[in-house]
Amino acid sequence: MIQDRIEREILIEAPPEVVWRTITEPDQIVSWFSEAAELDPRPGGAGELTWEPGGKATVDPEEPVTAALRVENVEPPHYFSFRWMHPAGAEPDPNNSVLVEFSLNPEGEKTRLRLVESGFRNLPGPEDETERTVDGHSAGWDNHLGRLRAYLSSKLTEPAPE
Amino acid sequence: MTTALDEDRQWSAVAEPTRLRVLDRLLAGGEETATSLARELPVTRQATAKHLAVLERAGLVESRREGREVRFSVRPERLDAAAQSMAEVAAGWDRRLHAIKRMAEAAAREQANQTTTTRRKRR
Repeated sequence: MIQDRIEREILIEAPPEVVWRTITEPDQIVSWFSEAAELDPRPGGAGELTWEPGGKATVDPEEPVTAALRVENVEPPHYFSFRWMHPAGAEPDPNNSVLVEFSLNPEGEKTRLRLVESGFRNLPGPEDETERTVDGHSAGWDNHLGRLRAYLSSKLTEPAPE
Repeated sequence: MTTALDEDRQWSAVAEPTRLRVLDRLLAGGEETATSLARELPVTRQATAKHLAVLERAGLVESRREGREVRFSVRPERLDAAAQSMAEVAAGWDRRLHAIKRMAEAAAREQANQTTTTRRKRR
């Protein structure tokens, strides 16, 4: 049993259009997510996020870490999704990547921002197919943990108090 | 050594968003009571207490009585490495969403101020 999804939400005192720009514009992404960001915010568009040592990552990487992403759906200013954590060089698909979805719903003057990250269970196991057959669960999970650990090193630090 | 049954019980214990958040809080804050946790979560103290009971039965958290309070904390040795990682991923998104909130609210305030200034100028 591997938990497959994470759901989070937050109420923001800003209209969806403003929240949308914060989430999708590279010059804003670098203020909440990574140190460098490239993003083609169109379906199928490519993106790349880079975390530097001493940057926003909680688990400080020793060398810059880059994550590739692929934009899935874009419905401004309501819905934005991308896939990531797929093996380097591979095309992301539902069986080898994790889907990140942002939903923006207006509540009066405010915006309810919902985040769903799903597909952890689908991440492929190690290259060694035989090992996978012998013990699919633990082999796949070990590999997954490795990737998850790399992913965790990209976490934001606790924001400084204002 | 944890058995498959233990593992299943642990996963079903954390596979519920509110319980995952309870775990997040405990991982981040050390000891908490049902009351202090309920303040941080969109659920009642009674619901929080039930979630804590499920987590305790799964062996993921433990409690101790101090005066009239029951204080809960995680049992890191029993918290499955995977569950711990997922709780960390969730906590990471909480931080990102809070950063997005601060930025968007600052931008919205600025926009509102500019609109006011423009209106004044027009007068």
